[in-house]
Amino acid sequence: MKVYKYGANVDTDVIIPARHLNDPSPAALASHCMEDIDDKFASTVEAGDMIVAGANFGCGSSREHAPLAIKSCGIKCIIAPSFARIFYRNCINIGLPIVECPQAAEEIQAGDQVDVNFTTGVITDQTTGKTYQAAPFPEFIEGIVQSGGLLNSLKARGVAK
Amino acid sequence: MGMTMTQKILAKAAGLDKVEPGQLIEAKLDLVLGNDITTPVAITEFEKAGFTQVFDRDRIAIVLDHYTPCKDIQSARLCKQAREFARKHEITNFYDVGQMGVEHALVPEKGLAAPGEVVVGADSHTCTYGALGAFSTGIGSTDMAAGMATGLLWFKVPSAIRVTLKGKLQPHVSGKDVILHLIGEIGVDGALYQSLEFAGEGVGSLSMDDRFTISNMAIEAGGKNGIFPVDEKTMEYINGRVSRPCEAFSADPDAVYEREVVIDLDKLEPTVALPHLPENTKVVSEVAGTPINQVVIGSCTNGRISDLRIAAAIMKGKKVASNVRCVVIPATQEITLQAMKEGLIETFIQAGAAVSTPTCGPCLGGHMGVMAEGERTVSTTNRNFVGRMGHTTSEIILASPAVAAASAIAGCVADPRAV
Repeated sequence: MKVYKYGANVDTDVIIPARHLNDPSPAALASHCMEDIDDKFASTVEAGDMIVAGANFGCGSSREHAPLAIKSCGIKCIIAPSFARIFYRNCINIGLPIVECPQAAEEIQAGDQVDVNFTTGVITDQTTGKTYQAAPFPEFIEGIVQSGGLLNSLKARGVAK
Repeated sequence: MGMTMTQKILAKAAGLDKVEPGQLIEAKLDLVLGNDITTPVAITEFEKAGFTQVFDRDRIAIVLDHYTPCKDIQSARLCKQAREFARKHEITNFYDVGQMGVEHALVPEKGLAAPGEVVVGADSHTCTYGALGAFSTGIGSTDMAAGMATGLLWFKVPSAIRVTLKGKLQPHVSGKDVILHLIGEIGVDGALYQSLEFAGEGVGSLSMDDRFTISNMAIEAGGKNGIFPVDEKTMEYINGRVSRPCEAFSADPDAVYEREVVIDLDKLEPTVALPHLPENTKVVSEVAGTPINQVVIGSCTNGRISDLRIAAAIMKGKKVASNVRCVVIPATQEITLQAMKEGLIETFIQAGAAVSTPTCGPCLGGHMGVMAEGERTVSTTNRNFVGRMGHTTSEIILASPAVAAASAIAGCVADPRAV
């Protein structure tokens, strides 16, 4: 488990360049994930790794391919001070955990060992011993996450045919 | 506490008398939109979830515009999947090659968005229809699947920034300069999770095409939407396009805004955004002479008829510089026909520009103008991120149609007032 650290305004074009959107299969997306900002990411990322980044992560295009690419790589969580709003809702809708915590995003360094308790919102940097408290999701959003994504929550409510 | 225009539209769509910023609501959708990149992912999710029916075949629009006419086998597969879904569910507003245009130019043109409506689209520039006084915003593919199945979607009610426009634009200055200036002022996350609400006496002087351009790039400031008040120009635009009843909302006099930004239109100059963020703005005179390899005029931001008229007026009787490729892409078939009637297409071709059928192509590095290492394009599109239009070392300078046309002739970044 390791941390990949990036700056502010990481856009969805660098997360998954548009030239790769013609194949939306999870494996194809994962193989090109982050390649325009970090060409070693896709070949070194392992299940359980995390991304820690600057503000406005996921800005730009609405392409759900971006969080899908990150999720398909096995990334278990993204920590940032803020997320672009379409990216934010895409993550909730597909069940990729994201945490807004400015202090953790600033202080956690690449390579640190980090744990996140999604129930309490407590982030623990095992390397430095520091802990951070992130704001939990509102109840409504937590409900979507708990159902395993938006479509599952709609099915459970019986509002679609 | 009063409500903003956006809050009033969302309250009505949620069946509530009142909403407050931060409140989570579920709103009824008037239109669910998708394109050839995002719709296939939505279809896969729709079918995987076991949904078998769409909520309303008249309230879904699918526009095959990004990689079309298809650039390769894989993009052809995506279009095929979207086409088969549209046929199966008898989607009324399905636009294939020959009818399609760049979606955010096409949707208003076809009367599919109207004042007071709630429009969601699996494309970030869906915020364009705020120009019509609609609440419209970008969503993802899973949202699109949910919207197609239920006609409902969850939203967090946004707080707002009031953008007060004063005065009137000077010659060679247009809506693109207004929005680039604003993004330069507030930054690419300056309106994050918020709505941009345009107001003030300056609104009335802006054409609908200028308003579409401004609302289109609200997302480049992080905005959830960018909305204009409804006036005579709005009503004139929808007349003959929209026959269903629609409602013009206006902000309450005591609506609360988190901040106000005032823009004096009289003082605005032609403005560009340098690589690699739309907030890196300069007035064009500061960067005139910067070498370029390509000019692209088109897109959901600036592919409308008034954009082409502006470009053609500058290029008429002149030649594109020998060091520059110039690609002009009218955004819809209707715009293409109108440009033909007015002789604009002839002007572009005689100037040495390539004129294309409608497509988003080059804007996202798809086709029709992709850049190699180290190349630089002046583009009327909306994003200048790393690698957006080609190789990661290529560069994009965002500009208005006037700056783009002047630059094509000059062979370098140029001030249209100096050509």
